[in-house]
Amino acid sequence: MAITAFTGSATVQEAVPRKRSWVALVLLLPGLLYLVLFFLVPLVSLAITSLEVPSATTFGQYDAAFNWQTYGVVVSQYGTQILRSFLYALLATVFALLFSYPLAYFIGVKARRWPILQGLMIVLVIAPFFISFLLRTLAWKAILSDDGVVVGALKALSLMGPQGHFTGTPVAVVFGLTYNFIPFMCLPLYTTLERLDVRYLEASTDLYAGPFHTFRTVTIPLSLPGIVSGTLLTFIPAAGDYVNASSEFLGGTSSTMIGNVIQSNFLVQLNYPAAAALSIILMAIILVIVSVYVKRSGTDDLL
Amino acid sequence: MATSSFADAGADLELVGIHKRFPGFTAIENLNLLVPAGSFFALLGPSGCGKTTTLRLVAGLEEPTAGQILIGGKDVTSTKPFQRPVNTVFQSYALFPHMTVLENVAFGLRRRHVGDPITKAHEALRLVELDHLAARRPQQLSGGQQQRVALARAVVNRPALLLLDEPLGALDLKLRRQMQLELKTIQTEVGLTFVHVTHDQEEAMTMADTVAVMNKGEIEQMGAPEDLYELPKTVFVANFLGQSNLFTGAVSETTKDTIAVDVAGNRIVVPKSRAARHTGTVTLGVRPEKLSLLTTEPDAVAGQNVIGPGRVIDVSFSGVSTQYIVEVPRLGSMVVFAQNMVFGPVVDRGSEVWLSWNVDHGFGLVDDPHDVPRFPADDDTVSIAAQKRVELTVELED
Ligand SMILES: Nc1ncnc2c1ncn2[C@@H]1O[C@H](COP(=O)(O)OP(=O)(O)OP(=O)(O)O)[C@@H](O)[C@H]1O
Ligand SMILES: [Mg+2]
Repeated sequence: MAITAFTGSATVQEAVPRKRSWVALVLLLPGLLYLVLFFLVPLVSLAITSLEVPSATTFGQYDAAFNWQTYGVVVSQYGTQILRSFLYALLATVFALLFSYPLAYFIGVKARRWPILQGLMIVLVIAPFFISFLLRTLAWKAILSDDGVVVGALKALSLMGPQGHFTGTPVAVVFGLTYNFIPFMCLPLYTTLERLDVRYLEASTDLYAGPFHTFRTVTIPLSLPGIVSGTLLTFIPAAGDYVNASSEFLGGTSSTMIGNVIQSNFLVQLNYPAAAALSIILMAIILVIVSVYVKRSGTDDLL
Repeated sequence: MATSSFADAGADLELVGIHKRFPGFTAIENLNLLVPAGSFFALLGPSGCGKTTTLRLVAGLEEPTAGQILIGGKDVTSTKPFQRPVNTVFQSYALFPHMTVLENVAFGLRRRHVGDPITKAHEALRLVELDHLAARRPQQLSGGQQQRVALARAVVNRPALLLLDEPLGALDLKLRRQMQLELKTIQTEVGLTFVHVTHDQEEAMTMADTVAVMNKGEIEQMGAPEDLYELPKTVFVANFLGQSNLFTGAVSETTKDTIAVDVAGNRIVVPKSRAARHTGTVTLGVRPEKLSLLTTEPDAVAGQNVIGPGRVIDVSFSGVSTQYIVEVPRLGSMVVFAQNMVFGPVVDRGSEVWLSWNVDHGFGLVDDPHDVPRFPADDDTVSIAAQKRVELTVELED
């Protein structure tokens, strides 16, 4: 299953070469071709672009070069946005996890006795996917806008000052990220919790562990594959997200994320090398974070 | 109740009027039981009779529909499993897959903050001869090894009450004997109370002080192993614990100490003290090893029952004894065990034989072989629906 595929990557071991199998190679070919065409080629072209220099004659034209200074320039120029992106992604991941775990636990473990309820709740978790997330985010913008119900109610209750905003603030952006990625967190959690053998929980309570200790020492470790998959599926896209933080949606100037910077460099300022360099930096950082995370979470112990 | 020290003695267990109903199925019906402190209690019964359910009720993993559970005199019916001074060796082992064998064994000790859990866990593993595998994961062990880890994980806590759900089922005979000895040693040394569920009647009889035979959610008979064997009360016990030859007939004469029963024209006498019923139609029985095979018709002697002639239809040699099946007209086939005192069988297939046994070796049962089921299965749709409704209301109240 694709959802759990991430967790396996840390444990892949080199298989002992057996008989050379042409069938395996033939079956692998379409996948390899796909990777070369849609991953390797763009990646190389991105790397080349990031090293180009502006053409002397036309604006928006770039000539091949080896101008690695672009990297230094974008890091110093957009360091804040880079850090902010990872901070927001981290917050959104944590909130999504805190929200999704109890939900997934309820659907996957407690609702086992009522399969219909279980199915219904899963559909409800997936249902948002039926509507474009752009529309859903726009809907949130309307709900949270200054003349919307939420802000109105908060102001009426004096929980928010008369000048208070919600849209355009970091809180709104993190809220939007959390909201949009909850299904990605919930589904992998559900798939592991649904298979959780309650006999282990019984053994734990039999061995004097109360609900809290059982949860901490048995339930969490046994659902770790789901937690790792879910957090990765949330963190990676959230770090590069440019919709929620865009000022057309929930963001503002003080909440710009790296995705927005890349977008504006690419599409507005036509500064392709800067956009490409930022993309590569983003990718490299995610790669490092993810590999450290997967290694540290030690999910290979479970298999 | 979970204390940081080991139990210094076993606790007694008392079940009072326990009922357990699952939706559409009565697993346990009015179970009353007293297991004295420090005793080795074996629960014996066929598959699906409710043994595991009984243990789960005691451990607190299942709530009784009605009734009370007392451990060491305290009512624990409404307490949680982790508050009960009870540990279980699960039939399915339930070893934590994300921990090493050692951590599995140390789990309960850590939760109770017992000092030096690792050393104690190693000791327990040595007891089951698995210390060399302490660093492995449960899934890297064989079934029998996992079973021994499960045993160590429960025993290491020295609970006042240890529940063992077929703890030796996956072991070979030699290891099984060895573990039986270990278990018995632990139990007597510390004086813990063991409730041991098993399919193996020999295991139950050799290890236990008290054996309870369970059938369809009820205890059929309970007592010391030899009493149970020598004087079974019901057809079920007579056949489940060892083998029995059973006869059904009407009581034809009664003296001060004995009753005589007419079984298809044969007169079979049994002492009143060994018969549960003294009038009407009764079922009598005798163990196969109590029968003697005679090749000539014996003279009628007081104090001996004789039936025959019959024909030997099968002879099977099983080492220490030989089993003969004798077809007696109108009585059906009888099983006879004879010690192999001489080389080869005493009689051959097809021989004409008489069977005799001492009157004092017979027993009279409470029921007859065609008794009605104890309680009708309430698996009709109406009662399932009612059950579901009750469950839902309980759920909603929570
Ligand atoms: N959760 C449940 N829901 C419905 N019926 C159940 C449930 N648990 C057990 N039963 C039923 O209760 C009866 C007793 O089950 P139990 O597990 O106690 O049997 P057992 O005596 O331990 O059998 P075995 O020797 O095969 O382990 C069985 O008929 C079983 O089908
Ligand atoms: Mg069982």
